[in-house]
Amino acid sequence: MALFQVTGFKHYAELRAQILPSGQTHLVDRTNHYNFGTKTQEFAVPVGVDPSSFLKSCDREGGSSAGRYLASNDVNKVIEINPYLLGTMSGSAADCQYWERLLAKECRLYRLRNNHRISVAAASKLLSNMMVGYRGMGLSMGSMICGWDKEGPGLYYVDDNATRLSGCMFSTGCGSSFAYGVVDSGYREDMTVEEAYELGRRGIAHATHRDAYSGGFVNMYHMREDGWIKVCKEDVSELIHRYRKGMF
Amino acid sequence: MEYLVGIQGPDFVLVAADNVAASSILQMKHDQDKMFKLSEKILLLCVGEAGDTAQFAEYIQKNLQLYKMRNGYELSPSAAANFTRKNLADYLRSRTPYHVNLLLAGYDETDGPGLYYMDYLSSLSKAPFAAHGYGAFLTLSILDQHYKPDLTREEAVDLLKKCIEELRKRFIVNLPSFTVRLIDKEGIHDLEKLSSGAK
Repeated sequence: MALFQVTGFKHYAELRAQILPSGQTHLVDRTNHYNFGTKTQEFAVPVGVDPSSFLKSCDREGGSSAGRYLASNDVNKVIEINPYLLGTMSGSAADCQYWERLLAKECRLYRLRNNHRISVAAASKLLSNMMVGYRGMGLSMGSMICGWDKEGPGLYYVDDNATRLSGCMFSTGCGSSFAYGVVDSGYREDMTVEEAYELGRRGIAHATHRDAYSGGFVNMYHMREDGWIKVCKEDVSELIHRYRKGMF
Repeated sequence: MEYLVGIQGPDFVLVAADNVAASSILQMKHDQDKMFKLSEKILLLCVGEAGDTAQFAEYIQKNLQLYKMRNGYELSPSAAANFTRKNLADYLRSRTPYHVNLLLAGYDETDGPGLYYMDYLSSLSKAPFAAHGYGAFLTLSILDQHYKPDLTREEAVDLLKKCIEELRKRFIVNLPSFTVRLIDKEGIHDLEKLSSGAK
């Protein structure tokens, strides 16, 4: 123990208490700060918290195709990098998972070295710099890095040829054109959180419906000042059925 | 489908670039700035393959800053253009060539204003006016017709508007807005964004 004191070693729980805001620790109890298991999906929305001024809703459909087969209908395409950063995956699931996991490691190391969280701009730049080294070597990744830092909310698009764009709204993947069609027609800068939820949900549901290679569930996350929350996980076919009923 | 243009006057250079960041058939962004500030009086306008543009332009930008730190003075526009060309040429012959087309505009105390045209095969030429992209096919003739070496700033802006109007009329791709900047002995000035209106 004396050696621990000299070297400044801190127990993980103590360290985590410094990093995570005190209100949130009960949500996450992970031995590993990156976790892609299905067991962490059903986070409840903290009650009694009024959603803050600006919203970056970030949602993905959840089917995963492998080769000619639909491998799973229940894959979460949002990678939880840390409580303040989310990454979405489109393209090759293997590439996305691998590189965003590596990004999670770098973000964690940054936090430990500098005693403050990495900005969204810097995190997305790390990912794009990783992509630069492997350009033209067959990687396939279209990712959105979404987070909250000192500058407020941030949203970046990073893809396999190291393009990195900041913006208010993006859509990626093979169904993205369908989603853009829905979301562009409904997007306003002064949307309420509920409106944004509904718009995002509609975008993904319709894109998934039209696109032969997407399907399954809509996983929706909301990035807020105090970290992300998982808003919902809804079955696309049920949603489409509901929208159809409303239409006719 | 991108468009860059530069017009040099007696004591200034006017440059413009479209604001669209495209990815395959989609416009991902409508407010992209394709100009990189290399020093107080030099701008690099960069279009080309996605990813290459920002990577190469930032590499040049950082190296010029390093040069300034090491030597205590900045490169002149012509030196910066030759430095950029050399790098592009070296990369062209490597395994990882940069596919970028560039315009470099700057103002030098002794040489006056300068506009340099570079393409991805690293040719370099100094030009009184220059344009890159498909838009160049439509607008170089307009510039040929109306350009005069002693044009005023207002005339240069009008000439630029003529070019953008032609793009709006004939070009198949919708380029809704353009960043416009002017470089003179005072430095770089942001001018009002030009929009080509809804098409």
